[in-house]
Amino acid sequence: MNEKAYVISIFNLPKLSYRMWLVWRRNFDVFMKTYLVNFIPPLVEPLFYLVGLGYGLGGFVQPQEGLRYIAFIAPALVAVSMMYSSFFECTYASFIRMYYQKTFNAIIATPVNLEEVIAGEILWGATKSFINSSIMLVVVLIFGLITSPLFLLIPPLSFLIGILFASIAMCFTAIIPNIDSFNYPSFLYITPMFILSGTFFTITGLPQPIQIFAKIFFPLTHAVALSRALALGRINSSLLFNLGWILIAAPVFFIAAINLMKRRLIK
Amino acid sequence: MSQNTDDALIKAKNLTKKYRDFTAVDSINFGISNGECFGLLGPNGAGKTTTIKMIQCVLPLTAGALMVAGMDVTKRSREIKAMIGIAPQEDNLDPDFTVVYNLVVYARYFDIPKTESLARAGQLLKFMQLEEKRDVLIGNLSSGMKRRVILMRALINQPQILILDEPTTGLDPQARHLIWDKIKRLKKQGVTIVLTTHYMEEAAHLCDRMLIMDNGKIIEEGNPETLVKKHVGEEVLEVAYDEKVMDYLKSSFPEAKLEIVNDRIQVFSSQPRGLFTEILDKFSFKGAILRNANLEDTFLKLTGRRLRE
Repeated sequence: MNEKAYVISIFNLPKLSYRMWLVWRRNFDVFMKTYLVNFIPPLVEPLFYLVGLGYGLGGFVQPQEGLRYIAFIAPALVAVSMMYSSFFECTYASFIRMYYQKTFNAIIATPVNLEEVIAGEILWGATKSFINSSIMLVVVLIFGLITSPLFLLIPPLSFLIGILFASIAMCFTAIIPNIDSFNYPSFLYITPMFILSGTFFTITGLPQPIQIFAKIFFPLTHAVALSRALALGRINSSLLFNLGWILIAAPVFFIAAINLMKRRLIK
Repeated sequence: MSQNTDDALIKAKNLTKKYRDFTAVDSINFGISNGECFGLLGPNGAGKTTTIKMIQCVLPLTAGALMVAGMDVTKRSREIKAMIGIAPQEDNLDPDFTVVYNLVVYARYFDIPKTESLARAGQLLKFMQLEEKRDVLIGNLSSGMKRRVILMRALINQPQILILDEPTTGLDPQARHLIWDKIKRLKKQGVTIVLTTHYMEEAAHLCDRMLIMDNGKIIEEGNPETLVKKHVGEEVLEVAYDEKVMDYLKSSFPEAKLEIVNDRIQVFSSQPRGLFTEILDKFSFKGAILRNANLEDTFLKLTGRRLRE
């Protein structure tokens, strides 16, 4: 295969059917069997950020974009939970199912095909984004940090954003040699994204090149902007760029993830 | 080498699988008839698992054709997979679920509704004598029990073809005999069985017909008994190694095939029975054994004694 054909083949349209939801359902069933383990940590961890940074650090910080610091970071933490939950679901958890438990091998021996297995995994990653960020949203709501009914759009948006992060994660899962290698995307991509996406300070405070870099390569920038706008009812035209970026990137990475995984698993 | 492949349920023609410059399966032809138990034998790396992975439509062919129930594996994989049950070598049960829930979730991939899959699971638990383990998590089962659960899972879609990849590797004799018994019962019910193994006893016990593969090629094919007779004869004489005995055998029976294995001389001859009494008379020592030739002799003769990694 020449180089051009190789690149094009990454964007072949996958053959999908309702069967991808059977794979989703398997993961959902496992989740429900251990729901206590699954619900408590995503609730507790962002609470520390909210309380520690919002109240603790917030005392030293001047208002950002005319908001109290805690109100500024709260919707961003909702977006962060979308990223973490879907990204880690489709890196470590998917890798364990693929490599250690051989779950994918078991499923593709049935009428479900590999494309549907990967699509089901990504849809499940997106569902984790929805679940975890919704839990966080309720917490933020209880803290009285949401001022617009538009926040109701955040849960459906979390699913879309979850598809994007889960698909990016699955691309890493497809090319990584072993589970320890996830340290690279985790520390070199997710951590800087967590810090530099307008989460804890406005992105406009950063040097121009970093701002541009963040807008191109950090989907969290767009997720934070949308989440903050909806939570506070601050709608403006730049949100179209944020939403457009996600709407284009999500299907591109979704399709690439499926084809890269096929390349890994079907020799 | 194949026989009546025209009405075969599974039919391979010049089936080939290459990985870059390594040929795992090298243009093989075979046919498996409806209702038979067919064995694929060979040392590690012979191409057995590669062959069955192509039958189960999870590995693309490099060249040749492979038809299952008249359907091309490259075109109608979903329909073929729906009629096959697979018990893989590896344990890929869902560790997060109980025994019965493993079956229910697996049945769902075949679009079997839950009431139906629970009913089938109940019958299978009984068939495999695992009713007490119905609600036990997979991690708490012994390896023999896990193999039985894997076999149950392979049967949940009531397959017409059952593929067993080394079904008893690593099991104790009790568990092995139980699995053999179940396989025989399934065969009686009309299920076509494709089995890979490197236990010759297992192949001789279960298979109507078999292929012996090595380095991706078929080196022999037929009924186990016929193959043994053809390649090693009916009986084998084994004597502890001794130079005098060896010299005597060489000079007196130039036509006999002699082999030294683990300090024992094995004599393959058309009349080892006569030889046996003669040796006992002449040398009067214990440890000479006359036994029936078996599939293992045949296998080692055909594939050699070199270790396969």
